[in-house]
Amino acid sequence: MAREIGRVTAVLWKDLTAERRTKANFNSVVFLAALTLLLFGFALGPDTEALREAAAGVLWLTILFSGVLSFNRSYDQELQGGALETLLLYPGDRRAIFVGKFLANLAFLLLVEAVLLPTAAILYGLSLADSLGPLLLVLILGTIGFAALGTFYAAMASRLRAREVLLPLLLFPMMVPLLVAAVESTSALLGGDALGNSRGWIRLLVVFDVIFSVAAFLAFDYVIEE
Amino acid sequence: MTATPALDLRGVARRFGKRWVLRGIDLRVEPGEVVALTGRNGSGKTTLLRICATALRPTRGGGAVFGYRLVEEADAIREVTGMLGHHAGLYDDLTAEENLVFAQRMAGRPADRDAIGRALDDVALSAERDERVRGFSAGMRRRLALARLLLRPPALLLMDEPYASFDADGIELVNAFAARVAAGAGAAVVATHDLIRAHGVITREVHLVDGLATDRNSHALVGTSDGA
Repeated sequence: MAREIGRVTAVLWKDLTAERRTKANFNSVVFLAALTLLLFGFALGPDTEALREAAAGVLWLTILFSGVLSFNRSYDQELQGGALETLLLYPGDRRAIFVGKFLANLAFLLLVEAVLLPTAAILYGLSLADSLGPLLLVLILGTIGFAALGTFYAAMASRLRAREVLLPLLLFPMMVPLLVAAVESTSALLGGDALGNSRGWIRLLVVFDVIFSVAAFLAFDYVIEE
Repeated sequence: MTATPALDLRGVARRFGKRWVLRGIDLRVEPGEVVALTGRNGSGKTTLLRICATALRPTRGGGAVFGYRLVEEADAIREVTGMLGHHAGLYDDLTAEENLVFAQRMAGRPADRDAIGRALDDVALSAERDERVRGFSAGMRRRLALARLLLRPPALLLMDEPYASFDADGIELVNAFAARVAAGAGAAVVATHDLIRAHGVITREVHLVDGLATDRNSHALVGTSDGA
């Protein structure tokens, strides 16, 4: 067990170190996400009430687009120079690779969200002060399930030629229940509901997180094999 | 009593789409042997090595590495095999040392900076220890991949065109490493077009043609090439 934890932390350390060195991915993902928020704002018009109502959906869609970019990037570095094959030939449980990559993707997305949330608050006139705690909880729970599914499907797509196109095609339909729960709970919290109506949706998020994480963990070995 | 063979393949076949690259390879490699695997481009040398390393499953047939069955005991095989493939399998944004630290940790061992220092010394990359791999030449990458193997010497060494990108010193390193593995009751299988460079190390040549393996007398062949 200690050996597998060591392998998990090795993958996590490697992914985060590579990202910290280049910062290119973080910068491009954040820039694209902020641009998406801005363009949605223009598309929705100057009506501040309409903007506020649409904010939860826009925020989660932006997170979804950012996630697809980061999941693909996570396997890009493995595909360059045949690193994936070398990675798979180390002895040990291959699910350690999944857990390490999942944690790295989760950390990356949470960092992106740390920039997106205040940006969305400014652009859409949101007041975060009253519900910041529950809102962060929803963001973390939604991102856990999303990162688990994304890491899993990106591994599956990494063997395919058109992986950039295939990843959203595989991932987004599976994300629908989690997306609905995340948008509904975020919307309720942004509307001033301090955990009242959102409690049920948050429970649903926890259920999805458990199902998606466990299923992806158990099936990873089968999808990563060539 | 017969010793456990380092590699024992029986009827190994592999298909990619509709094309059968390997049609039924029977190959036995004993400890102490360094076998050269030859054949034309596309004859299946790389595929065969990848099957032995458990990177690919055979479509038909099976075999064992030091008694561990190819598909069923793949993880045990990964413990005893090491592969120097076409690609170095390195991370460009990590330094040479960090790549080796990662390799040690992925192999389930704690990072041993002294051992890493010695391995980098052996492949003449000590001066580049803290440099990112992104700036390395193809030869330097191959050297670093070799250092990764030196850190965890395998019982069955699999090398795919190991002489590509190496200078004379690098070739000597590769041959010395193969000889060392074989001398330590291990074995090596070297896929190569360049038997001249493998001269003095290989003990046998196996030639792949039409997806099947045939034994050849390597020394006779090397002698011919030398004389050419």
